[in-house]
Amino acid sequence: MTALHDKRSIWMRMHLDLPLLIALLIMMAGSIMVVYSASGQESSMMIRHMTRMGGAIVAMIVLAQFSPATLKRLVIPLYCVGLLMLVGVLLFGVSSKGAQRWLNLGVTRFQPAELMKLAVPMMVAWYIGRNNLPPRPLHLIIGFMIVMLPTLLIKEQPDLGTAILIASSGIFVLFLSGLSWRLIGFLSSIVALAAWPFWHYGMHDYQKQRVLTFLDPESDPLGSGYHIIQSKIAIGSGGIEGKGWLLGTQSQLEFLPERHTDFIFSVLSEEFGLFGVCVLLSLYLFIIGRGLYIAVNAQDAFGKLLAGALTLTFFVYVFVNIGMVSGLLPVVGVPLPLISYGGTSMVTLMAGFGIIMSIATDKRMLLK
Amino acid sequence: MLKHRPTIRDHSAEANLFARRAFVGFVFVLGLVAVLLSNLYTIQVEDHQDYQTRSNDNRIKVIPIAPNRGLIYDRNGVLLAENKPVYNLEVIPEEVDDLDESLDQISKIIAITEQDKQDFLKDIKHTRRFKSQVLKARLDETEVAKFSVNQHKFPGFSIEARLARYYPFGDTLTHALGYVAKLNRKELNQLEQEDRATNYRATHDIGKLGIEKYYEETLHGKVGSQRVEVNNRGRVIRTLSMTQPQPGSDLVLTLDVGLQQIAQHALKDMRGAVVVMDAKDGGVLALYSNPSYDPNLFVHGISSKNYKALLNQDRPLINRTTQGRYAPASTVKPLMAVLALEENIVNESTSMWDPGFFEIRNVEHKWRDWKRWGHGHVDVYKAIEESCDTYFYDAAYRLGITKISDFMARFGYGDLSGIDIHEETTAILPSKEWKEGRFKESWWPGDTISVGIGQGYWTATPIQIANATNILVNRGINHPPHLVQVIKKDSDITQINNEEKPPVILKDPRHWQVSLDAMHNTVQKISGTAHKAFKGTNYDSAGKTGTAQVVSIAQGERYDAESLKERQRDNTIYVGFAPYSDPKIVVSVVLENNHGGIQIARQLMDYYFAANPVNLARNETP
Repeated sequence: MTALHDKRSIWMRMHLDLPLLIALLIMMAGSIMVVYSASGQESSMMIRHMTRMGGAIVAMIVLAQFSPATLKRLVIPLYCVGLLMLVGVLLFGVSSKGAQRWLNLGVTRFQPAELMKLAVPMMVAWYIGRNNLPPRPLHLIIGFMIVMLPTLLIKEQPDLGTAILIASSGIFVLFLSGLSWRLIGFLSSIVALAAWPFWHYGMHDYQKQRVLTFLDPESDPLGSGYHIIQSKIAIGSGGIEGKGWLLGTQSQLEFLPERHTDFIFSVLSEEFGLFGVCVLLSLYLFIIGRGLYIAVNAQDAFGKLLAGALTLTFFVYVFVNIGMVSGLLPVVGVPLPLISYGGTSMVTLMAGFGIIMSIATDKRMLLK
Repeated sequence: MLKHRPTIRDHSAEANLFARRAFVGFVFVLGLVAVLLSNLYTIQVEDHQDYQTRSNDNRIKVIPIAPNRGLIYDRNGVLLAENKPVYNLEVIPEEVDDLDESLDQISKIIAITEQDKQDFLKDIKHTRRFKSQVLKARLDETEVAKFSVNQHKFPGFSIEARLARYYPFGDTLTHALGYVAKLNRKELNQLEQEDRATNYRATHDIGKLGIEKYYEETLHGKVGSQRVEVNNRGRVIRTLSMTQPQPGSDLVLTLDVGLQQIAQHALKDMRGAVVVMDAKDGGVLALYSNPSYDPNLFVHGISSKNYKALLNQDRPLINRTTQGRYAPASTVKPLMAVLALEENIVNESTSMWDPGFFEIRNVEHKWRDWKRWGHGHVDVYKAIEESCDTYFYDAAYRLGITKISDFMARFGYGDLSGIDIHEETTAILPSKEWKEGRFKESWWPGDTISVGIGQGYWTATPIQIANATNILVNRGINHPPHLVQVIKKDSDITQINNEEKPPVILKDPRHWQVSLDAMHNTVQKISGTAHKAFKGTNYDSAGKTGTAQVVSIAQGERYDAESLKERQRDNTIYVGFAPYSDPKIVVSVVLENNHGGIQIARQLMDYYFAANPVNLARNETP
């Protein structure tokens, strides 16, 4: 036991969780392969992609060094700064592709929503974790408001995908804290009832169009339905074994839109088939399992709730992305986590895993 | 802020609660993964075939390749219709840096009209930027050369060649060859109905008239194809496979372009038609209708100005050889004589008195002979040689319309000749049934009288007249006229053996000889109507003249060519054959409101025997 403990101690001292780290690195290696294929073997894009991966790994290692206690102290300032920046985006933000998501900081452009992906679950976990579990109604209401405030601001940008991710991360904290099933049932029916006015007053036209297209993609094969149809053709034509790496005609001949970002799952399915899909899903399940294992074994309520919520949110990415490219869900801009090209989301995700690792290693240090 | 003092926390209870929730969460995750997987299984395994097909449909395009159209030669191997490259100046907009500037520059080298430029700018708006667009069509050689020298200054500009039909003899052969022109919507529908449309996927032109139309399937060939992989913008990435097109078959015609030129030259500005047939097999040696027009005008789309010019009162678009309806006039007399002999109306030795007119008892009308004072005593030979009308008025009157009509039908009158072009009319061979159908009136015996001299209701086309004469000179053997002799595909040569039609069999075959001798005399005897024109030939020919009134001359009036308007003058017709003893060619010439057909027939025969001296039969018995 001591020998084993010593063997792990290197990683413990570096505050890294080895199984999680290995799984993440395998995912990234896979990402390099698929993005290489999807980008049409463009080397400049590969260099940018790998640089961002490096940055993401550094972000993870750095975050892992903060102890949960330190994180708790940073929660309120982080959340408040994030909220202010979101307001700033709405007032002075930079527009791109019909949405106002960027804040120009002079040197670089920054999406405050990315910060909130971490700050919101941290804030809720901190607030709920301060008190006994399960939380009392008042705490639930305040916790809920902590979640909804940034969510509504982000939805205004508009960025439905990120809004959903942030809302779920906060709601997962409430769920894991022991929100009563009766209340869950009650709230679900409220949401179902609210869907009607939301459709009429809460959604932008392009968002409604996406939903309509999702319901019947063939109705508009050259317009908005094109993405989903081409994506399903790519996935379906991959079959069980796939067409082979770099040999996917849908992606190589550019029939597939957004193939290196949101639709990268279709590239993977076309080239590696159902077999490749199973390998990918197994890796995701392993990462989620490991994350929940860490959460269950975390030292205190804050760690448990935060690690659990971050892990489950990670799954929301997976589900929404795969669901959307395979025609189960409407098209909302959510990348395939750890695989899609696109710097910010990968950095945020890896930072999240840094926090999970911090939580994992914190407990063991105390045990020592 | 209201501070709630926490009660003592039960850590293990909280840990248990959290573990239960985390477990529920994981089960939920597994459930959703199962949903994703089952959906992916449906797409990737169950519907794989469907998506596989759609994926291939996306990327694989079949580009048709037009076959080369078969060539057309005359009987001596002279090329009559060929495929010549036309050069178009084309531009790939994507490859041009500054389009406006380049267009300005190119205009200094090659004349580009404002219209060309506007059309081009309109075209490129509707197509992909990497697709080549025509800026100027049909460059001439100078323009091609000028551009080639300067090509390096115009990236994205290039000259593309494609094959287009060209008729080197222009208007000399139009009515026989016809022409090809742009395939239109109606023709495409027709092809679709006949299930031939796929074969035309790459074809621009289709035969519109004449041989080009009649032999469209033979000449066209079979479309080839190239399977290519394209990307989402339609750009060709690579060729996957290729099926070469099969070129169309070549045609060798029976026509002799030299005779054709003689005919054209001889007719000059007269309206008329010339048909020359090979007496041995019905092959058409010349088929010329005047005025003619240049078929090359139609190949690239005729301008409305040029087209309007063709819609004049001389009607050059009509093929007079097969569509012109003329009274066959006296050219029917030899056949009428054969019929009269067969029916014992006349015999070789009987003669009649011609006072210059024919009349029926109790009818006031007089049917006049062309010779006012009459031919005197006339037998069957003299009646043909001098073209006595009265003799045949009488014969016809006694024969009756039914016998005439039945007999003449066996010589092809009133029916399509069967020549291998579609532009043909049956003209009219009158009969009782025809008149009742046409005018709802019964046939009067008087109607038969002018039919006896090939007038009245009777009309015929020059090809029918030539064909009937050909049956006569072959003593009943019927080789219908045809234009194509040989179909050549690579080394595969198919001789076209035109089937013979049922021959005309006489009760007494000696009756042929009477008319043939009389036609011989028409040319050879000094009193013959065609004697002068054929003086001094080195071949022995025979023939028959004909003159048809275009306007009827009132009773008691005289025909005076000078006083009549040009369009009201008589049409003249000549049919001839040679050599007399063993006929090799039959000629028919029809001139509208003009004369001189006999001289034209002589020129044609002179040319023919000069070119084919072996056909001169030297030791003839007169």
